[in-house]
Amino acid sequence: MDELHNLSVAELAALLKSKKVSAVEVATRFLARLGGNPHNAFLDINSEVTLAQARESDAKLAAGTAGPLEGVPIAHKDVFVTKDFVTTAGSKILTGYRSPFDATVVARLRQAGMVTLGKLNCDEFAMGSANENSAYGAVNNPWNKAHVPGGSSGGSAAAVAARLTPAATGTDTGGSIRQPAAFCGITGIKPTYGRASRYGMVAYASSLDQAGPMARSAEDCALLLSAMCGSDLDRDSTSLDVAAEDFSAGLGDKLKGLRVGVPKEFFGEGLASDVRRAIDAAFAQLQAQGATLVPIALPRTELSIPVYYIIAPAEASSNLSRFDGVKFGHRAADFADLTDMYKKTRAEGFGQEVKRRIMTGAYVLSHGYYDAYYLQAQKIRRMIADDFQSAFTQCDVIAGPVAPTTAWKLGDKSDDPVASYLADIFTLPASLAGLPCMSLPVGLGEGGMPVGLQLIGNYLQEAKLLNVAHQYQLATDHQQQPGAAA
Amino acid sequence: MSAAKLVQGYEVVIGFETHAQLSTQSKIFSRAPTAFGAEPNTQACAVDLALPGTLPVMNLGAVERAIELGLALGSRIAERSIFARKNYFYPDLPKGYQISQFEIPVVQGGEVSFMLGDEKKTVRLVRAHLEEDAGKSLHEDSSLGGGGQTGIDLNRAGTPLLEIVTEPDMRSSDEAVAYAKKLHEIVTWIGICDGNMQEGSFRCDANVSVRKPGAALGTRREIKNLNSFKFMQQAIDYEVRWQIEEIEEGREIQQATVLFNPDTGETRAMRSKEDAADYRYFPDPDLPPLVIGRDWVERVRSEMVELPWVMAARFCADYGLPEYDAATLTQSMAMAAYFEATAKACGQPKLASNWIMGEVSRRLNSGELAFEQLPVSSTQLAALIGRIADGTISNNAAKQVFDALWSEGGEVDATIEAKGLRQMNDSSALEAIIDEVLAANAKNVEEYKAGNAKAFNALVGMAMKASKGKANPAQVNELLKKKLD
Repeated sequence: MDELHNLSVAELAALLKSKKVSAVEVATRFLARLGGNPHNAFLDINSEVTLAQARESDAKLAAGTAGPLEGVPIAHKDVFVTKDFVTTAGSKILTGYRSPFDATVVARLRQAGMVTLGKLNCDEFAMGSANENSAYGAVNNPWNKAHVPGGSSGGSAAAVAARLTPAATGTDTGGSIRQPAAFCGITGIKPTYGRASRYGMVAYASSLDQAGPMARSAEDCALLLSAMCGSDLDRDSTSLDVAAEDFSAGLGDKLKGLRVGVPKEFFGEGLASDVRRAIDAAFAQLQAQGATLVPIALPRTELSIPVYYIIAPAEASSNLSRFDGVKFGHRAADFADLTDMYKKTRAEGFGQEVKRRIMTGAYVLSHGYYDAYYLQAQKIRRMIADDFQSAFTQCDVIAGPVAPTTAWKLGDKSDDPVASYLADIFTLPASLAGLPCMSLPVGLGEGGMPVGLQLIGNYLQEAKLLNVAHQYQLATDHQQQPGAAA
Repeated sequence: MSAAKLVQGYEVVIGFETHAQLSTQSKIFSRAPTAFGAEPNTQACAVDLALPGTLPVMNLGAVERAIELGLALGSRIAERSIFARKNYFYPDLPKGYQISQFEIPVVQGGEVSFMLGDEKKTVRLVRAHLEEDAGKSLHEDSSLGGGGQTGIDLNRAGTPLLEIVTEPDMRSSDEAVAYAKKLHEIVTWIGICDGNMQEGSFRCDANVSVRKPGAALGTRREIKNLNSFKFMQQAIDYEVRWQIEEIEEGREIQQATVLFNPDTGETRAMRSKEDAADYRYFPDPDLPPLVIGRDWVERVRSEMVELPWVMAARFCADYGLPEYDAATLTQSMAMAAYFEATAKACGQPKLASNWIMGEVSRRLNSGELAFEQLPVSSTQLAALIGRIADGTISNNAAKQVFDALWSEGGEVDATIEAKGLRQMNDSSALEAIIDEVLAANAKNVEEYKAGNAKAFNALVGMAMKASKGKANPAQVNELLKKKLD
């Protein structure tokens, strides 16, 4: 038998169900791996809470009342609020914050039986593409500690890649699940906007934020996504009124006849040659399995960068106003008056990138600029969504790179925010359109760093995306493991 | 149309913004209760406290109340309206923004009509939009031994409000107060707001400016939070005088927000336009557009109470009441219901109207009582009116019975008997009394026969007195005439 930590979610669930191993044993094994906080992936660990949950799971397994994922460990990105763990969203302004309730996604996964290992590092308020914006330190890429894991769900991606947890939650606003999944060689999916409840997710950009699972295979992601999703209209008005779905049910379809749209805009000058080679090889594999490639156009791909970097900061500037030192979180120690308290609290509590986005957002919403920036961006956002709809008349799924390069070195882009914004070019369009999209590993580029293939589907077509990824993963040795964790 | 009333040669221009707190059990975007007067921060849930990860969910009861107002005032109900965030920092605003409606409100247009003396006035509405209230900041007074700290009570945070905005159609403080009273009457009548002004359930902001007749609109100042009709009148009158004085002395009016101080009777600027914040409004991405289909509107319409002016028209048609009576009786739902129950029970609508507008209202007013506190039931008033109509008691006797019912309770007939107020309808007994009166007052009889009509009235009076008020005056008249002529 493999070491427990090398098992997939599906394998662990089966093993636990067969009672060959207990939830406490599994939890203990994973907790042991968290000692010394490898890669700085975790922000909060509480073995007592984890083991108590594991004991509950064992009781349910014994009583025959177990959920589908009973006893399987998971860790949550720190933007999901949790009762039993501290929630900081990677920010100093929430140091030590404890929520009186669990996020819906956290509660649903617990309902399915999953045992929480802890909270995962991320860019502050999910703003970043390298996890270097966390107030609690950068996260190392398990494939090469000198490289970034991607962001903002960098802790999630690194923890899964390093076998610190079989599964993690992430959130994706402009690529924050897909890009770190690609950089760390794992699989992650962002469902259709509204599939997973946003209740209990510390809001960054409300019209874009969406939760999703990160694991080592599409099969695992399907199990996790089935447990996470479901209508939550009593708590989240943007939740979709669609029933929960079993995304594992559709994993058996062969790829014969599948039309894969290839947007030419994703293969321009900016795409690194090693990434291109890996993507081309993946396309060849999909063709070998019976898929056909269809050239398509997403003409406003480049515009997605300015559009995103107007809309997301605009929403963020407002969403982050509640962090004012009055009710919870950090408050400056000394201040002259109310305005001074606000200024000092927020100056001390927020990091550089968060401040930059708050300022950008306040600017694009301000009187005299709103029409030229925010309103214009919303118009183009709708056009980008329309472009996808015309593309989907010609193809079943869209495929391309997740990012123009593999994971860069720590510090390489930390002084150049625009360079890091530009690297989001391939993930932003699907986010702006609210489409389901995922990343799966398709080999290694230069320096042995992983490359991710992005799949984008039409609304509510998660099952189709997961099936394509699963078929690819069945036919290939996709489960590469970083040498560092071997 | 009469010319606008001028003040020292200036025309007064007033527009209103009224915040009506909607009578829902729970808050506009959360499930916390809205009851007034609880211990601080006991009626604020995670959503009201803006804890990380919380999201707003629309209370459909608040939407229905907005639809009701729109239907009552002949407004358009927007099929699709948008919630927007108004961004500003204040300690009692937990999210750092207020959810309101900005570009596309739920209620658009409409009007409020009312009588100002004998003149019918109509004030046009611009809009009415849904929004949430903020919490309250409670400042400790350090001079009174407090620490100079500020406490925050978020019980009120998230309470549903409907902000009702008029065109600048009013031309005097009298008209402004009449408008506010009418609006107050309507929102309480249809039950969307309890109208309690002391508790802040109905707060008015008045935008006041003055101009020479025919000139462009003057610069306005907004008087905030007027929470009584009396202060409203005082504040506007003061503000108008102040503005005219400023202009007469050659100063320009600066746009500003002002507060009325009831102790000094003055208005004072709290902030000028230069300080006006940029609220950075934008559509709230947490709330999808509010979609109100025709069927929803029709359902609300079918469940709505009869509107006061519709009821008044019906009173005229069904009960043959004069318009004045119908309008007076429909000033409050309790009064209208009392009238209708009384009229139906006694079959004498005009008498019922006279009694309610007369004796009943007089006694309520003198005791500063509301209609709901009336101690005489409509059944009893109807019985009393029935006894007047069938000649059992006179009007004067009825007033005595009413007084007794009011202060002592009891039944109408029993009271009439106990007080011996039954009218003397027995003509032989009356004839005997009249014969005695005629015999004892030969002088009056002579005078009457000589053509002095007054002498006749004196004889009637003496006959009534001799009967201890129990004689039927009409019958006395008749018998006297028969005997004398």
